[in-house]
Amino acid sequence: MDRLLLRGARVVDPASGLDGVRDVLVAGGRIVSVAAGITERPPVTIDLDGLVLAPGFIDMHVHLREPGQEHKETIASGCAAAAAGGFTAIASMANTEPVNDCRAVTEMILAEARRHGSVRVYPVGAVSKGLEGRELAPIGEMVEAGAVAVSDDGRPIEDASLMRRALQYARLFGIPVLAHEEDPSLVGDGVAHEGPVAARLGLPGWPAAAEDSMIARDLLLAEDVGGRLHIQHVTTGRGLELIRWSRARGVPVTCEVTPHHLTLTDEAIEGFGTNYKMNPPLRTEEDRRALVGALAGGEVDAVATDHAPHHRDEKAVEFRQAPFGVVGLETAVPVLLDRLVRTGEVPLPALVAALSTGPARALGVAGGRIAPGEPADFTVLDLERERTVEAAGFRSRASNTPFEGWSLTGWPVMTVVAGRVIHDSR
Amino acid sequence: MSAPPRHLLGTRGLPAERALEILETAESFREVSLRPIKKVPALRGKTVVNLFVEPSTRTRVSFELAAKRLSADAVNLSGSASSLRKGETLADTARTLEAMHPDVIVIRHPEPGAAHLLARHTRAAVVNAGDGTHEHPTQALLDAMTIRHHFGRLAGLKVVLVGDIAHSRVARSDIHLFRTLGAEVTVCGPPTLIPLGIEDLGVRVAYRIEEAVEGADVVMALRMQLERQRGGFVPSLAEYSRLFGLTAERIERMAPDGIVMHPGPMNRGIEIGGEVADGPRAVITEQVENGVAVRMAVLYLLAGADGG
Ligand SMILES: [Zn+2]
Repeated sequence: MDRLLLRGARVVDPASGLDGVRDVLVAGGRIVSVAAGITERPPVTIDLDGLVLAPGFIDMHVHLREPGQEHKETIASGCAAAAAGGFTAIASMANTEPVNDCRAVTEMILAEARRHGSVRVYPVGAVSKGLEGRELAPIGEMVEAGAVAVSDDGRPIEDASLMRRALQYARLFGIPVLAHEEDPSLVGDGVAHEGPVAARLGLPGWPAAAEDSMIARDLLLAEDVGGRLHIQHVTTGRGLELIRWSRARGVPVTCEVTPHHLTLTDEAIEGFGTNYKMNPPLRTEEDRRALVGALAGGEVDAVATDHAPHHRDEKAVEFRQAPFGVVGLETAVPVLLDRLVRTGEVPLPALVAALSTGPARALGVAGGRIAPGEPADFTVLDLERERTVEAAGFRSRASNTPFEGWSLTGWPVMTVVAGRVIHDSR
Repeated sequence: MSAPPRHLLGTRGLPAERALEILETAESFREVSLRPIKKVPALRGKTVVNLFVEPSTRTRVSFELAAKRLSADAVNLSGSASSLRKGETLADTARTLEAMHPDVIVIRHPEPGAAHLLARHTRAAVVNAGDGTHEHPTQALLDAMTIRHHFGRLAGLKVVLVGDIAHSRVARSDIHLFRTLGAEVTVCGPPTLIPLGIEDLGVRVAYRIEEAVEGADVVMALRMQLERQRGGFVPSLAEYSRLFGLTAERIERMAPDGIVMHPGPMNRGIEIGGEVADGPRAVITEQVENGVAVRMAVLYLLAGADGG
């Protein structure tokens, strides 16, 4: 049934160390074989000469806003944005309205994704009921319903003992706790990285230590009780050092960085543009370089967008009043290809790993490699395609991008999920 | 030559030539306020809107007088009188104001960056009359004008700003402008009120006031907001005053002809002693007088810039 041949692409599959021209044969939504010069000619053959075929990209940090804030994004529009941006799967955070803290909401998200979504959606359940940081949410029933991880993302888990119990309890199900690291007592009303830029703009500062001290706390807790800890959107060089230190002690911690923290610094907020206001905030050039170095060196498990759609009117206000967050699904891949791969700072296989193999492993989901038996999820890249970012053309309902007007070379041109082409702009 | 900037949003990045042009123009307008008929027809037919979302009678009156002395039509919109209600954004207000076809909008607002936001939504020239803890450029210009009256220059002068640097828009605007005009600037105050990274603005940081004011030509005490104590930035105002208050004894350490400034309104006995505020070194009333002249210059240069 539905056999498909993807012919002549440069196959980049970090999981198997493959980087060469191959044909890939697909049947029944799975990969059948990967070889040079496959002679079989199924009904559908797609010629990918000159293009890169990578394992389907997985964005493990997305805010879909449905249920509750459909004016910002819906599951359908978020999935369409993901497909257009080269993602075959996304993990959706629990801070919807109502919060995804029970079986019913998890099931609703999955049902809606099956009905209207083009990409795979992995629901992430809340750690605490109502994201209130007091009592554990019913993690077991959410996992049964299909949740792949838990996180209170959008909010930190202030209470250390709750975090400790979450790590302990999640072990039962072998799922990771995804941690948004922020000490609210240190952040206060901070809206921008504490440093010279915030000082000169008169904006309340958000100290790097507010992130790093929480990372340190959670690394120690994970070491003590076991459990899979994943640190979300790391933004500081010191945070990476702490993770390195913890790994050296044998703690299997994973982490992610975002495209915006990899390519922008706090200098970007100079004109008070609210599309540069994110949580955690843009940091220093030194921090940015540390993140890029860690990505190039394979220390970063995943690049995740933290896609956070907001309505235009909500961002068209004074800097302190604006909500945190930027969209990322439709710009992540070209921004990274143009600014990090083309410049030679990050090898293409390292980036592909952080967009596919790494997140699949961190989340414990299928995918992330091009090998027989694996799901036929692919992202096809045209490294020479030139285009300018125009939010007006986004599939996402939101346009709060910090990359508007950037001219970028290297774009995703085709997205395949379970052997089905869901986006094609070759 | 590039066209002069359309707005005055801050003193950061304000070129020295432009700052000096404003100061020279202000000198010529200073004399207008001394005439029996304090009015010139320079901006006849122009409309200046004073949009004061954060109340400040002193600054508003200063701008209003400046506009009237130039014969402009001045409209005052305050937070309550304007259509600024809950739920209406600054962008909405800007669109409403466009209907009045103002030539200049003077904005005072509690949010940093509000003047920048407004500038993106209007055809009028925007003058920042204080945006939260960010900038207050006309205050810095009137401070510079006052200093120039006493020393004829800023270049090479030692200027010290004492107090809550973190929350002071005056401090930021003063630092940029004074540095641009060649002064050496030191900031002094409790570490909790001096933002991390302030050195990047080209200032020296001192935590002991005796050391900071030694040989200074200008010392400016900043207003201590009483709520900073509740915010936990300082343990008590009494302690602040003891450690950082400008006393007669402390200002003795200044250069012999050194001057003492304050952007007002003063908390006598907290950041500045009464004997200093009323003493021979104080030039505080002169600052207020220069305010009108500087604002006339700014309105004149911005409203006249399009040659209209
Ligand atoms: Zn987060």
